[in-house]
Amino acid sequence: MSHPVILIRGLKKCFDRVTAVDGIDFVQEPGTIAGLLGGNGAGKTTTLAMLLGLLVPSEGQIRIFGEDMLTHRYRVLPRMNFSSPYVDLPHRLTVRQNLTVYGMLYGIERLPSRIEALAEDLQISGFLDRLTGTLSAGQKTRVALAKALLNEPELLLLDEPTASLDPDTGDWIRQYLHTWQQRSHAAILLASHNMGEVERLCSEVLMMRAGRIVDRGTPHALIDRYGRRTLEEVFLDIARADRARIA
Amino acid sequence: MRASGSSPRRVRAMLTRYLYLLRSSWPRALELVYWPTIQMVLWGFTSQFLMTNSSWVARAGGVLLAAVLLWDVMFRSQLGVSLSFLEELWSRNLGHLFVSPLRPYEWVLALLAMSLVRVVIGVVPAALLAIPLYHYSIFTLGLPLLPFFVLLLIMGWALGLMIAALLLRHGLGAESMAWLAVFLLAPASAIYYPVAVLPGWLQYIAWSLPSAHVFEGMRAVMFDHLFRLDHFLAALGLDFLYVGLGALLFLLAFRQARERGALLQTGE
Repeated sequence: MSHPVILIRGLKKCFDRVTAVDGIDFVQEPGTIAGLLGGNGAGKTTTLAMLLGLLVPSEGQIRIFGEDMLTHRYRVLPRMNFSSPYVDLPHRLTVRQNLTVYGMLYGIERLPSRIEALAEDLQISGFLDRLTGTLSAGQKTRVALAKALLNEPELLLLDEPTASLDPDTGDWIRQYLHTWQQRSHAAILLASHNMGEVERLCSEVLMMRAGRIVDRGTPHALIDRYGRRTLEEVFLDIARADRARIA
Repeated sequence: MRASGSSPRRVRAMLTRYLYLLRSSWPRALELVYWPTIQMVLWGFTSQFLMTNSSWVARAGGVLLAAVLLWDVMFRSQLGVSLSFLEELWSRNLGHLFVSPLRPYEWVLALLAMSLVRVVIGVVPAALLAIPLYHYSIFTLGLPLLPFFVLLLIMGWALGLMIAALLLRHGLGAESMAWLAVFLLAPASAIYYPVAVLPGWLQYIAWSLPSAHVFEGMRAVMFDHLFRLDHFLAALGLDFLYVGLGALLFLLAFRQARERGALLQTGE
């Protein structure tokens, strides 16, 4: 029996008196790309952190590949990976050294050839022996992606994968992710507030606001439902409704 | 290409990371040797002076040099754990490390192994340099040197793990503890003088520290040519207690960090 890649039931996270994620439910099937969309503080990164096992939920259940993430996360972690521009790789190691360390952590066989192949694929061969801290934002993003793909993950979690990149580099990353997903049939869950990115990549969108999933559907279904022309307009509708509610 | 990770391989991965760091910067490697050597030179001259002015030192030439070198074992051991740990905070790398299959105890083992590497790189050259400079070899302590070294190494590990727990709890705001905490124990460790010279209340504290038993045991070997089994066993028992406590505090702090979300946020 094939399990959903991600199954979340009643997931909640409270920090003191602040509820960052407030009882969300979500299922993601294998081979799909889903997007968590929401403004700052909507709960996207907190949700990703709980899925990755970096953060313990206050309530609720997370199953990844059918395994309970709270009790068996070490069965699951080798099959998934993560990339975020906000979590750097060590700056004082070269790109090759970083990839070697992470390759060893994931127990990758024939690691040098895997690194070379990924480097060629992601066009980072030219700076494999440079210190990671000396790279540009675009180069760092590609290196972080190389680290995230080292173990050929069946589930890839991405936190704003094209944040702070110029449009050309951002487009290159989106195209790469699309091609890689088609080739690997892996599932991707990405948190973003780049509407174009979500519209282009995702088959399902989860709109988050104040820790809750307030709407969900395909990008086109959401656009139709709100009577708007773009996902950005849908996003603004939801964000402004939130502001009006607070006021 | 599918992952086939094993625990020893993950420990080796982390050790490799710290060795890459050490190799990449000659000032860092030099710093490891610098302080133990300077300490040895200072105490070497002090010993030479006291040899002719203190009957106590004259009875066992090299007692101060042996003490300073062994103290550096404990200091370097603690610093070895703390600095490798701090590297991960400085580089905000915890988020990547703990979405990999790395277990906290595997990380701890790597920190301890790297601490041993740092101690050997730092203290052995200073010990060897004392031979031509002051005609004193710490290796004349003979076989007891090995248990003294191991006992102080473990005490340093215990302290390093407790400081790591503190850093996990309070972030880089507690960074200075990594440099200062060990000196809090120095007076009660009776490095350069017998425990008997301490006031009564401080003697109670001293006997609860493995380091005081080691230095007392070292003086017994040097002055009386006697290996004090009672001090050895007391130090061993206390070491087990403290390293167990250090590991427990570290794992508790790690669990709390996962509850607070500190693994993603802790950094500069």
